[in-house]
Amino acid sequence: MRTKMVGAIAVVGAALALSACGSADPAPAPSAKADQFAPAAQDEASEITVWADATRVPVVKAYQKAHPEAKIKLVTYSGNANGATDLQTKVQLFDRTGNGWPDVAFSATLSDTAWAAFGDKPYAAPVDKVIDKSVLDGFAPGALDPCKVGAGTYCVRNDLAQVVLWYNKKLLDKFGYTLPTTWEEYQALGEKVAKEHPGYLVGTAGDPWAPEIYLWASQCPASTVTEAKNVTVDLKNANCSRMVGMLDKLIANKAMSKAGVFDAGFIKNQASKVLLMPGPSWFGQVLFNSTFKIPKGEIAAGAPLKFASDTATYTGNVGGGVWYISSHSKNLKTAGDLVSWVTTADEAQANAVTYPAYTKAAALWLTKQRDSGYFAADISPAFTQAAEQVWPGWSATQYSQEAIYASTVVPALNKDQTIASTIDAWQTAITNKATSLGYKVN
Amino acid sequence: MATASAPARQATGVRGHRKPNRSGYFFVAGYVVLLIAFGIGPTLYAFWLSISNSRGQLVGLGNFTRTFTDYRFAAAFTHIMVYVVIWLVTLMVLVVSLALMLHGRMHRTSAALRFLFYLPGALAGVASVVLWLILLDPTNSPVGFILRAFGWDSLATVILPSHLPVIFTIIAFWTGAGGWIIVVYGALNSIPPELVEAARVDGASIFQIARMIQIPLLRKWIAYMLILAFATGSQLFVEPQLVSTASFGMIPDGWSPNQLSYLYAFQAGDFNGAAALAVDLLFIGLASATVVVFRGGLFERE
Repeated sequence: MRTKMVGAIAVVGAALALSACGSADPAPAPSAKADQFAPAAQDEASEITVWADATRVPVVKAYQKAHPEAKIKLVTYSGNANGATDLQTKVQLFDRTGNGWPDVAFSATLSDTAWAAFGDKPYAAPVDKVIDKSVLDGFAPGALDPCKVGAGTYCVRNDLAQVVLWYNKKLLDKFGYTLPTTWEEYQALGEKVAKEHPGYLVGTAGDPWAPEIYLWASQCPASTVTEAKNVTVDLKNANCSRMVGMLDKLIANKAMSKAGVFDAGFIKNQASKVLLMPGPSWFGQVLFNSTFKIPKGEIAAGAPLKFASDTATYTGNVGGGVWYISSHSKNLKTAGDLVSWVTTADEAQANAVTYPAYTKAAALWLTKQRDSGYFAADISPAFTQAAEQVWPGWSATQYSQEAIYASTVVPALNKDQTIASTIDAWQTAITNKATSLGYKVN
Repeated sequence: MATASAPARQATGVRGHRKPNRSGYFFVAGYVVLLIAFGIGPTLYAFWLSISNSRGQLVGLGNFTRTFTDYRFAAAFTHIMVYVVIWLVTLMVLVVSLALMLHGRMHRTSAALRFLFYLPGALAGVASVVLWLILLDPTNSPVGFILRAFGWDSLATVILPSHLPVIFTIIAFWTGAGGWIIVVYGALNSIPPELVEAARVDGASIFQIARMIQIPLLRKWIAYMLILAFATGSQLFVEPQLVSTASFGMIPDGWSPNQLSYLYAFQAGDFNGAAALAVDLLFIGLASATVVVFRGGLFERE
């Protein structure tokens, strides 16, 4: 009986192995051709489904109020924040069932374009075919770069997350330090703080987005996508090691924390000891004001730092949400109208939590921030300067650089190893992940 | 005629057991429909996906060899193997010894303790993991002093990769063991008291009674527990996924095979590769269940 069963299994197995007539490789995902975009049959009176995160719900409701004729079904979802992949998961399922796609979707993850604009019939519609060029031209220079694939633009940027140098002006004045303008001065100040005021911090290295703050600004080629699916990953480049060396020194003398800024322990014990902190524009309201509860009139933003040997200043970018319009939508007119309104209208953006990507709205937003009186100095010069200094060599990829840093480097830091000692493992982790998703790694 | 024959047939059915009672089929029908719709159907679909490609062509074992050579495959199955071994051993040892203790000497507190053991199991899976996320963070945890005694002063140091199998075991034991303690306790009740009494008269100690009489008679129950615990253990998903999200990704997103399968389906859009991994798990589960069934004599009738 048992030998018979084993025999049957062997026969089935052999039959399976022999019957292979197709290749087991998954179908290649060609990049979308914007000029081949063929909209579905349109019906301008039909209802559109909008997926937005909780932060973005009020703005969609405001649009509904201003445009009572539009029929909108609003669905609240995670917004793909903090590494969630709901949108992609659901779209993959809708692709299989052939219906259900949201007409408009907000995502807090820039890298979503790396899948949304690819495939046989990509989810994202080329917005330049739907929204007027004059509107798209009004965005900050480079703001739409992460949305571009080939000749097409596949999303509309909601907010910018350019990295500036946050500092606690009250503490800095009390200690008698001046604000650094280069990374060399920053490191020197960090070493001084470690000696003179131990416990105070000049930054954190335990956040998943630490590479986007430090390595991006250092122009480290850790994630440079050249044409479609070729990516360059070179963590041993001199531009990377200069920054890694600096971070390791500051971590060793405890001027830089190994924790992340949203760790419960950090918020409780170290938030008030942050002297300097390079970080994205949303740190101001979201982190210092709402999370750390630092009182009014202490926090200010300085311009991004540069390396003394570099000719130009570059900075990094951490996130920044985008809006997608579905290529399957039956009402592109309303969808396009909604997306341009929520990203550009003064009513929509002036009171947003995050820095608007649309230049005109951004100017108004900065005045509002000044009027609020939270910051110790006007943040406008630093913000406007940094918005144009984001290094263009760091691309959004289908995989998350943040997740790789968090699972490879952060555990090592917590075992008292240096970042430099993890470079090989880190490089391998990025290469493996990229290859598994069909990238060619150089 | 007809009126007369009906009761007559019924009478012979009852008396001679010649006609099996058809109403039984009616009672299992509801379950069978659901089993086919949500159990067997999807399994067959997964099996078909695993031997075909996205264009619907038959590819034999291609998807299996392809996923087998994935750089995360060995790591994910090693993680889950270490976890399952630790989890099954602790489950078996602790559940059996706790049930024996409750059954033996602690008559007065037994009911209260059984209820207490069972309580965490009443929480839904996700909710209990969220609770553990708080317990494991030394800054917020009410038992933070224990964690700090080990030298772990932040969530990041608590959830270092080498600690994970043990942490997941503790979570799983806390949520799942209570139910099993009650099952095994019930099984202990079914052992005739005369047997235990006779052994005691013969001078056997409680350890000897447990080892020579109670545990051998519990064999089937333990086998049953092992099969189900193996199935849930090898399909670990919620725990690593939630801990990973809560720590902003400090646990790799492909930690367990189930997560890897999820990544294949929803990050790479490769449903065939995902199905191949799922079928791998199915076969491992079936194979170990078969071993346990025949070794544990689960289908033998006394």
